[in-house]
Amino acid sequence: MKTIMISIRLLTAMTIITGIIYPFLILVLGSTFFPLKASGSLIEFNGNIRGSELIAQNFDNIAYFTSRPSASNYDPLPSTGSNLGPTSHRLKNNIDSIKKSYTSFNKLVWNIQIPADALFSSGSGLDPHISLENALLQVQRISDARRFNEAKREQLIKLTYGILEKPFAGFLGEPVINVLKLNIELDKL
Amino acid sequence: MEPKDFIQPAALLFLIALFTPILGRYLFGVFEGNLKMPKIISDFERKLFRFCGINPGIGMNWRKYLFSLLVFNFAGIVFLYVIQLVQGWLPLNPRGFGAVNHDLAFNTAVSFVTNTNWQAYAGETTLSYAVQMAGLTVQNFLSAATGIAVILALARGITSRLSDNLGNFWTDIIRAVLYVLLPGSVIISLLLLSQGVIQNLNPYLNVTTLQGMPQTIPMGPAASQIAIKMLGTNGGGFFNTNSAHPFENPTPLSNFIEMFCILIIPAALTYTYGLKVGSRKEGWVIFGVMMFLLVAGFSVSLYSELSFNPALNSTVLLEGKEMRFGIVNSVLFSTITTGVSCGAVNAMHSSLSPLAGMVAMINIMLGEIIFGGVGSGMYGMLIFVIITVFIAGLMVGRTPEYLGKKIEALEIKMAVIAILIQSAAILILTAAASVLNPGLSSVANPGPHGFSEILYAFSSAAGNNGSAFAGLNANTPFYNILTGLAMLVGRYGVIIPVMVIAGSLVGKNISPSGAGTFMTNNFIFAVLLTGVILIVGALTFFPALCLGPIAEHILMKQGILF
Repeated sequence: MKTIMISIRLLTAMTIITGIIYPFLILVLGSTFFPLKASGSLIEFNGNIRGSELIAQNFDNIAYFTSRPSASNYDPLPSTGSNLGPTSHRLKNNIDSIKKSYTSFNKLVWNIQIPADALFSSGSGLDPHISLENALLQVQRISDARRFNEAKREQLIKLTYGILEKPFAGFLGEPVINVLKLNIELDKL
Repeated sequence: MEPKDFIQPAALLFLIALFTPILGRYLFGVFEGNLKMPKIISDFERKLFRFCGINPGIGMNWRKYLFSLLVFNFAGIVFLYVIQLVQGWLPLNPRGFGAVNHDLAFNTAVSFVTNTNWQAYAGETTLSYAVQMAGLTVQNFLSAATGIAVILALARGITSRLSDNLGNFWTDIIRAVLYVLLPGSVIISLLLLSQGVIQNLNPYLNVTTLQGMPQTIPMGPAASQIAIKMLGTNGGGFFNTNSAHPFENPTPLSNFIEMFCILIIPAALTYTYGLKVGSRKEGWVIFGVMMFLLVAGFSVSLYSELSFNPALNSTVLLEGKEMRFGIVNSVLFSTITTGVSCGAVNAMHSSLSPLAGMVAMINIMLGEIIFGGVGSGMYGMLIFVIITVFIAGLMVGRTPEYLGKKIEALEIKMAVIAILIQSAAILILTAAASVLNPGLSSVANPGPHGFSEILYAFSSAAGNNGSAFAGLNANTPFYNILTGLAMLVGRYGVIIPVMVIAGSLVGKNISPSGAGTFMTNNFIFAVLLTGVILIVGALTFFPALCLGPIAEHILMKQGILF
């Protein structure tokens, strides 16, 4: 009986300490030191919030860089990967059809090597990044759609290189490009 | 492969080795009670003791210690179950989520109290902020503290002589939370916040995307939960895709921090153990065996992940992986999270190449002793140490001894029960689900991969890991109840025998070591221990693995799809 009473009291105390005080402390620290990040790294453009820099968006418009394929179709509720296995027929079919549509959408030659990040869907379905190679393959199509002249196209390529995020401290992670940030810069061009 | 692909894992493991003695010594000080704490904390601790009616000085025998543990954990399960059912009436519920289904609530309650953190639900579409904070976060702390308490009791059992005192369970829990997990989580939360992990109570945000489409972005107090999810080797994500979600793990640096957090307390506990038994070498030998198994598993995974997949005609398999982590960090994470009983994932394990998925499974099946969960990894490893000492004793024909304590029939029986009960739960439940309709109808991928989904699910549940081949639709009454039971069996089916062993050892005298003593702090013992772990694991699970990942690997190499 005594053990039960102690259990209930300790559980109550711990719920208050670790379940209420602790998260609220982090809430205060977060909104003091990292207010923008704690509230979701939201991106404002022309006075409106246009999403989070960390959450991928669907770009199927010919004038924008496209995000990685998403098993949840870029819906964050809930986030999900495809969970298709390495011997999955469905995965193979998905890749083949993405290969075809990517090639024709970007007006590429049929046998071009397409970067893996453009073919395979991400783990979260919300991966905000693509590879540099993937971005560069889309430059021509976007330049055509936006009727860019040669100088502007060069500018876009420069912009793409400029926005590339290098691995942290030179060795952590992969070099990536944030699609939403790049597209916003593209709109400003 | 580039140089950085080697530097990343090397840097992580180096930092772990570096911090192991530092944190290990701190933990020793905390739990031996000889570390001077700031007055404000010790005052607070005293008030907490008084509020709960705890007399911290009173030692407990193994029965009392175990009974307190079981009652305390049971109270946790009941509370977590109820709070999910009344979710609709609680505040901080901007999406207006209603009561969780009974079977799912049972599964989740058991899952978080047993340090499994298997998730049959999607956080962002099921649970309110209040339940995530006051329900799940709390058990993230307490289940980790429970693991620490058990290893402390066992270590005291090994080192005290002719006594029955294993320490005070309540004191151990409170110290583990107040002095270790809570301050650690505050620091880690801040680091994660600096990287972009969110922490707010705002309603979900409706935005119009740059291209002009609607999107709803989930919010919530994530950072505080993720810090302890990693540090306590819990692994239960705030969001459905866990540490693959950009809000939970936004950058390569946050990923590095999260991997460090998974490993550091289990690693440090080997050093603490060495200090406790009076020979740091004992700790380092165990650390060495764990490190060896980790590196071996990682190497196999990485090799598998980087080799050509003829079935998909691709070498770089990015399905289920995030760009910012790439292949190396995804595979490193999958090896660590399964070796350690964490279960957080930064890539979808179901989409890993067959052998990388198999390494994840084997890591769990071996009992998660490759550093293992907070506390649970260490006591799991000591079970294997006892078995090894016994086998070595048989070979030379002497009564087996461990650190001067005679290992007799009771200890061996309990050690074998602890190992067998987990294995039996995995294999029997997998077999049942593989032939029953409600088991099979949840499977997503056909072929051997489908069997792997089931095998992984029950391994993860019984091993208290929590990661998954998530194609499997586990949110059905069948899986919710069976995986829930597997978690209970896997957790307490090990803790109870361990406490019996602790209780038996504490009453024995310590015989002085002599020329004939079998040493457990040298290289030969490390090799023996590794051998025993691998042989026990292989003999138990090889047939099942043949039907799943091994079959899939061979068929994949022939280019066969399902």
